[in-house]
Amino acid sequence: MLFLEQLLNGVQLGMMLFLMAAGLTLIFGIMHLINLAHGSLYMVGAYFTATVTVMSGSFAIGLFGGCVAAACCGVLIELLAMRHLYHRDHLDQVLATFGIILTANEATKMIFGPQALFLNPPDWLSETVQILPDTPYPAYRLFVIISGIVVALFLRHLITHTRLGMLIRAGATHREMVTALGFNISLLFTVVFALGAGLAGLAGGLAGPLLAIEVGMGEQILILTFVVIIIGGIGSVKGALVAGLLVGIVDTLSRAFLPTLLKTMLPTASADALAGSVSSMAIYIVMALVLIVRPEGLYRAYGT
Amino acid sequence: MEPSLSRGTLVRFAIFAVLVVLPWIAHAMDDPFWITIATRMLIYGLAAMSLDLILGYGAMVSFGHAAFFGLGAYVVGVLTHHNFYDEVIPFLPIEWVGSMSAFVQWPLAMLVSGFIALLIGVLSLRTQGVYFIMITLAFAQMLYFFMIGLPDYGGEDGLNLWQRSEIPGLDLSDSSQFYYVVLVLVSLWFLLSRRVVESRFGRVLTGCRYNEPRMRTLGYPVVRYKLLAFTISAMGTGLAGALMANQNEFVSPSLMAWSTSGELMVMVILGGMGTLIGPLVGAFLLLSFEEVLAGLTEHWMVILGPLLVFSVLFARGGLYRFLVGQRDDE
Amino acid sequence: MQLSPKIRNAIALASLCVSANALAEPAKIGMITTLSGGGASLGIDIRDGFELALKERNNQLGGIDVDMIIVDDGRKVDNAKQIARRMVERDQVDIMTGIVWSNLAMAVIPSVTADGTIYISPNAGPSLLAGKRCHPNYFNVAWQNDNLHEAMGQYVSDKGYNKVYLIAPNYPAGKDALAGFKRFYKGQIAGEVYTKLGQVDYAAEIANLRAENPDAVFFFLPGGMGINFTKQYAQAGLKESIPLFGPAFSFDEGILKAVGDAAIDTMNTSQYSHDLDNSANKAFVAKFMETYGRKPSLYASQGYDAALLLDSAFRAVGSDYKNREKFRAALAKADFSSVRGDFRFGPNQHPIQSIYVRKVVREGDSVTNQLVGTVFTQHQDAYASECKMK
Repeated sequence: MLFLEQLLNGVQLGMMLFLMAAGLTLIFGIMHLINLAHGSLYMVGAYFTATVTVMSGSFAIGLFGGCVAAACCGVLIELLAMRHLYHRDHLDQVLATFGIILTANEATKMIFGPQALFLNPPDWLSETVQILPDTPYPAYRLFVIISGIVVALFLRHLITHTRLGMLIRAGATHREMVTALGFNISLLFTVVFALGAGLAGLAGGLAGPLLAIEVGMGEQILILTFVVIIIGGIGSVKGALVAGLLVGIVDTLSRAFLPTLLKTMLPTASADALAGSVSSMAIYIVMALVLIVRPEGLYRAYGT
Repeated sequence: MEPSLSRGTLVRFAIFAVLVVLPWIAHAMDDPFWITIATRMLIYGLAAMSLDLILGYGAMVSFGHAAFFGLGAYVVGVLTHHNFYDEVIPFLPIEWVGSMSAFVQWPLAMLVSGFIALLIGVLSLRTQGVYFIMITLAFAQMLYFFMIGLPDYGGEDGLNLWQRSEIPGLDLSDSSQFYYVVLVLVSLWFLLSRRVVESRFGRVLTGCRYNEPRMRTLGYPVVRYKLLAFTISAMGTGLAGALMANQNEFVSPSLMAWSTSGELMVMVILGGMGTLIGPLVGAFLLLSFEEVLAGLTEHWMVILGPLLVFSVLFARGGLYRFLVGQRDDE
Repeated sequence: MQLSPKIRNAIALASLCVSANALAEPAKIGMITTLSGGGASLGIDIRDGFELALKERNNQLGGIDVDMIIVDDGRKVDNAKQIARRMVERDQVDIMTGIVWSNLAMAVIPSVTADGTIYISPNAGPSLLAGKRCHPNYFNVAWQNDNLHEAMGQYVSDKGYNKVYLIAPNYPAGKDALAGFKRFYKGQIAGEVYTKLGQVDYAAEIANLRAENPDAVFFFLPGGMGINFTKQYAQAGLKESIPLFGPAFSFDEGILKAVGDAAIDTMNTSQYSHDLDNSANKAFVAKFMETYGRKPSLYASQGYDAALLLDSAFRAVGSDYKNREKFRAALAKADFSSVRGDFRFGPNQHPIQSIYVRKVVREGDSVTNQLVGTVFTQHQDAYASECKMK
């Protein structure tokens, strides 16, 4: 039973990572842009969700506000900086988006103050539910899992069944052709960037009731997100989903069961310490293993 | 090419001359602290220069070079620690209580960094492009969390060294003497790197940067070349780490944090990628920015951030190329 | 170059001011603290507390003009080290203070005190500096790192809890915290977990913990980690069934604002509380709220006390403060009314003080701490006997 519960926890973390990774992998797959500032958009989403929720009294409105704010910031960043970086090499992109992180962190601190913001789940989600016998599970975590599934279905529909999705797929592989056919590729890029930013904002808003909303929260999850899109294969939304779940589950299970496992072999004190170290490294080990076997990640891009 | 070459030599000579007389100027201005600041800049410059070897010439974007910086520092840290407390180093085939001699510590720092780089490189070089960026980051993060959890050498608290390495006839705790030792090492590393870059090996590497499949069809063992370059680069960064441990008389896992890798990359790009001397200039530039801006306001990052973005957007090629009047396309 | 008369006058005036100050020779105090990036709120509290004391005294301490140099370390060891050297070598400060984190403290303090600078720690108190590596120039005006955890161990035992689950991050301060707790806790340990530093999700730990069915949980997760954990713990519905205990680091005023109702009824130990009933504290809290518009945290009180301690020493020695020997003796007397009540230094120049227990309560619109009792009076750290002061 504990195992099932931990598995569910892993799925929930995985969904959270998927929401972050989906936006990042779209931006990377289509514009070939490494966006380190994706974590900053997540932070913007969380901060605005908290602020709007307090102002409006409704978490749903707050979440919407967070999404919109992150998307707007995304458009702003795209127009001012990213637009000029699409044809540059990755190194320039890393440097520019590194600069954006510094700016975003400090600006957030100046606007909202250095202390963490308050955001709790709405009342109807703050209880626990019994989905497994004898195991009360936080309703809010279930809500996150469901949100993740909804977003995954939405993205699947968007990419395979809509005109925008068709352009996204085409724009990624045959950029010149799309331009030649008279489509405004730079508009498409702006739209995709806004979409990715909005998803990051949604992830931030959803994370808000679980986590500390503070400056630097973006970087904590950014590196995990990169691990996810790398394992999944860059550009593949499906890969992001699978890898998100994989990373979420590996991370959770290693934290949950490694200490017990090691205690069977080692004295308690050193087992505790070793388990702490190994579980911090677990996802990086998984990533290294995946890349050694499949240097381009699990899924090929655009295989949605 | 001809005129800019002589201008390049001139600029390089000028930079070297300024560095040589810097301690005198600092003493003349009655502000010897400049020597300490400059030493730190030189050390970061050495690390950035080593990174440039693969970034600028091999097109291998390593986002994990802070790991080698930290490893080099920890080698010095561990040897000093054991020597100071006269304890045998565990997990070694021989009984050894470490050493204070720079001639033991520093080469060992390079060897250990190089060896770990070889292992990481073998695995990482199976990937390319952004995958390479991220797998190097992943390995660096692993080492980072490993060091944080390692209680024997202080974990996150780090390790105090209490004293600097020893070179017979010199007193490294004297800031001027240490500065010149660092300057000599940086200069030697620069000359060595230039030899490497201009050798057949270096040209193959640069060739890979532009067209790797072609180099492969020409029969070069491309991966092995890249692996060697990666290892050399890590050794230089490890040496910088060893010097950093001496500069701070302290080592800690924060040297290995991903933001340190980011800063090293920023230095390379600010100064000019693929120029070797550029990253040194970049290190001076970035650290002076930090120094000056942090003195102005606690919100200094809100100024530094946009400056970085602007420098990428509008000042391509880096400061060094601007100084020598060279175009970005070489 | 021609200067307008106005500017020339201004320069003349300025140089006059400088020379007037030069007569009194202002004491130089360097403050290295964390003002940017993650964890900045602690450094800002310390600085604000210190500066409040200075403001109240017209920028003087003990009648001596003070020249403050405040520099942000960004929570980076390398930066802190460089700034410290600059303060010692170039600015030649008489006194240093401000560092928030133990790892930065360990990097900076041993070398600056060896160089003859007085260091007053307003927050970090690593065990090494309280014991084997204590130094005549080093004074800690906050606590030794283990103190608050020890008090919680005692309190949890006193309350009859007998099966406690322990959580801390996998780094030295985390291990010290649990060791400190266990030093005074007498019951069984239901489990002991070390989590990743900076971890965001605690679902796995919480599920494991529930499976062990302990009768209490003690956690040390400073800063954002504590916010994450407390929120997630309440959402898992465990707050009512398995009570949560921790040191004040996860329950300062800023954190409570972010955690809200999820923290209500949890107990925490602290050497300070804003509702402590003594006149020094009442004046401090009123003044702090008036100046900064928020309740002072324990960090703010420590910054303020650091300034008060210096004030007392400057008053005792006057312009003779450059005489280290005399100044240290004056500092060691700790002749000031600390906002936390009784305070004196032990032989290792760390506090001997009371540790209180506080309960998190709702007070009107806000969530805050309420003093409920005293765990230790005149408590000294466990390392004092290892300190052989030279």
